Amino acid sequence: MSELNSALQDPPQGGGPSDETTIEQRQTVGLSQGQIVRKRFFHHKGAVVSMVVLTFVVLLAYTSVGLHMFGISIPGWWQWHWNATPPLVNSGVPTMSLIPGPGFGFGPHPFGQDQIGKDIFALVMRGAQQSIMIMVLVGLVGTGLGVLIGALAGFYRGIGDALLMRFTDVIITIPFLVIGAVVGRAVGGFGAPVLGMFLGLFAWTGLARLVRGEFLSLREREFVDAARVSGASDKRIIFKHILPNSVGVIIVSATLLMAGAILAETALSFLNLGVQSPDTSLGVIVSQNQAAFATRPWLFWWPGVFIIVIALTVNFIGDGLRDAFDPRQKKMPSPKALAKALARRARDARASK
Amino acid sequence: MASFVIRRLIAAFFVLLAATFLMYMLVALSGDPLEELRQGNAPNKEQLMDSLSARLNLDVPPYLRYFLWLGGVSQCFVGQCDFGVNVQGLPVLTLLEQAMGSTLQLVTSAQIIAIIVGLIVGITTALRQYSGYDYTITFASFLFFSLPVFWVAVLLKQYIAIGFNNWLADPVIGIPVIIVISVVSGLLWMSFLGGAAKRRLITLGVATASTAVMLTYFELTNWFSTPNVGIVGVVVTAIAAALGITAISVGLANKHAVRGALVTAAVGIALYYPMIYFVFPGMGMPLFLALALGAVVGGGAIGYFFGGRDRWQSARTSAIGAVIALEGFLMYWDAYFNSSRITGRPIATIGSSTPNLGGNFWIQGIDTFTHLLLPTIAIILISFASLTRYTRASMLEVMNQDYIRTARSKGLTQRTVVVRHALRNALIPISTVIALDIGALIGGAVITETVFGWSGMGQLFLGGLHDIDPNPVMAFFVVTGLLAVVFNLVADLLYASLDPRIRVS
Repeated sequence: MSELNSALQDPPQGGGPSDETTIEQRQTVGLSQGQIVRKRFFHHKGAVVSMVVLTFVVLLAYTSVGLHMFGISIPGWWQWHWNATPPLVNSGVPTMSLIPGPGFGFGPHPFGQDQIGKDIFALVMRGAQQSIMIMVLVGLVGTGLGVLIGALAGFYRGIGDALLMRFTDVIITIPFLVIGAVVGRAVGGFGAPVLGMFLGLFAWTGLARLVRGEFLSLREREFVDAARVSGASDKRIIFKHILPNSVGVIIVSATLLMAGAILAETALSFLNLGVQSPDTSLGVIVSQNQAAFATRPWLFWWPGVFIIVIALTVNFIGDGLRDAFDPRQKKMPSPKALAKALARRARDARASK
Repeated sequence: MASFVIRRLIAAFFVLLAATFLMYMLVALSGDPLEELRQGNAPNKEQLMDSLSARLNLDVPPYLRYFLWLGGVSQCFVGQCDFGVNVQGLPVLTLLEQAMGSTLQLVTSAQIIAIIVGLIVGITTALRQYSGYDYTITFASFLFFSLPVFWVAVLLKQYIAIGFNNWLADPVIGIPVIIVISVVSGLLWMSFLGGAAKRRLITLGVATASTAVMLTYFELTNWFSTPNVGIVGVVVTAIAAALGITAISVGLANKHAVRGALVTAAVGIALYYPMIYFVFPGMGMPLFLALALGAVVGGGAIGYFFGGRDRWQSARTSAIGAVIALEGFLMYWDAYFNSSRITGRPIATIGSSTPNLGGNFWIQGIDTFTHLLLPTIAIILISFASLTRYTRASMLEVMNQDYIRTARSKGLTQRTVVVRHALRNALIPISTVIALDIGALIGGAVITETVFGWSGMGQLFLGGLHDIDPNPVMAFFVVTGLLAVVFNLVADLLYASLDPRIRVS
């Protein structure tokens, strides 16, 4: 089958016995599952670049203005607080200039200032902190609940499964924006962490369905029978035998859930239904400054760019993970790789002659 | 089959019932509906609060108030829907009807365009897998997927609407811009059509040159100030459409089909001047629809008359009818552009129509178009991404099947293999995705509507939420929830009927 595929894709280069199968097999022979996944993930250029960029953004956001939550306050290395109002420099135009020449460097306010002098870099960093925290919390709570509900439903089946799945249907029928708006309105005033956790309470539905499907098929497999015969408890079978086998599906959809969560959170905050002022998030900054676009476009550009960068990198990481975990995944070698393999075989053939 | 549908419907009914209850409680408990009045300092505060409480039954606890609401809604089964009243005392049913009409107007064309573009791009990326074009589109669709729509909307307003309007005041393209646009379009066509190096170079050259010629023509004739298609434009578009559609659907080797398509095009061209001078000035919506239908039927009749194996393809070339209609819109562009309500800034950033505009069918049509343009682009950007990815994946899956290899080894042309053998099967999973998309359509544009000031379902929902008034929110939810349930079922049945391997049980 796979030979045919490569022949279809690249008829001129093919010809002999399959190049693709041998390349793939040579790549994975003697490796553990984890090693294969890691190797495949690091071959996905978009995902690796995204991971580096995302790490950079997270570090930047959390170290620059410091950590301020639950009464703990750790100052960061950036000189301005996001609520401080230093005097306007150059009437608020961003001082960052990456073109070599006079004025090269970051300057006192690299992203500019708003009309009362607030430093936009500090503000955007604080917003990014809150948005990232909500994203992670939604991901954690949603994934945890989804795995738990899906695992219970899929493993025990029967009436409990039917009830849980109908309950999932109930939640899934309500659009996430609707739930988010109601929840955001109810608890948005308590700050970002509470909002994130409450949003997560409603974000588990897709994952629960997926995990249930996985469990339904995996629980019929021989290794589960073997575990049961050797006296393993249900808890042990669920957590030690079945769950590790469905971890790929879970990780991938958890990542995509997080990418959706940051867009949902910023959209809610934009509609004034999510994070409430004086607390801030990227959506709140865009919402507060959209009218100023004509006069101070930087107020608007930077939070938007950070939303896109975070969502895009998380999406790409999810895509890389999906490729890495998919056992059926046969990455078609590029024409270049095929040519290389052909050349290598020709060399080997010459050498053996 | 019938028992499957009935079981699904019964389950869906109870799911919806539970979901509405949950929703009602969430909205009702999300705040205090009287707070605004309580904190205000109106002299007749008590009285206002009492009347609001009486209007919305606020003295009844929410879990019982839900049943009052349910009682009203369940009268829909006997044809007397009662969705209650909103805070201002207006019946929600009337508001709902208006909102649905407005939202449908907004999302329908956007969704159709997104489906068409998404399918075309998805198919072509699958056929050019791992090419520069494929990688570019993959990156673009990830980017679109990660775009916050409210942010894009502001950019669109700024650059498409305000920027374009400013540019229209003095529409000069300039030679460097012409060169850049031509080369970019040449590169796009090159990567889009692909092929060997020689063919790529030819494509690049032809596309670049023709774009440059077209732009220069526009520039020299001052087209953007006085846009028109003209008889030349109609002839060229009609023949190109006839040949292009025939080439894709049955192939140019089918002489009957080509002849039929060209005759249809010729009839359309012959009708150009009579239409412009006699029919268009008195145009109205019924006549417009009748003419569109007539064009399709006429095209079909011509194709049928010319026979051949595929009698129906000729009907597809009646797209030229649309070109003539476009001329009608462009004829009145001047009048619209210079009208006192527009004053030379045609692309609107907000709302669904210009108030007190007046004018005939064409002017109203232009007005709707200029208002729809920006939100449509925003919606397309978002839904285009996922559709492209689905189409690409599905097409790749099919193209790797054994029967495609069989078809190729029979000596069939690339067109026949792709369009007849691969595409039809690739469309099966996509059809269910599209069905689900359509189900989510009405409720899915809340943010887009808000940003563009479109008073549709989104406003109904957000307004109700703001007033902590469950009635409008529930009306929104009943419609979206029903649609979601129905289209879920439709998607399942569609899949089962299209794919013989699937049986519903």
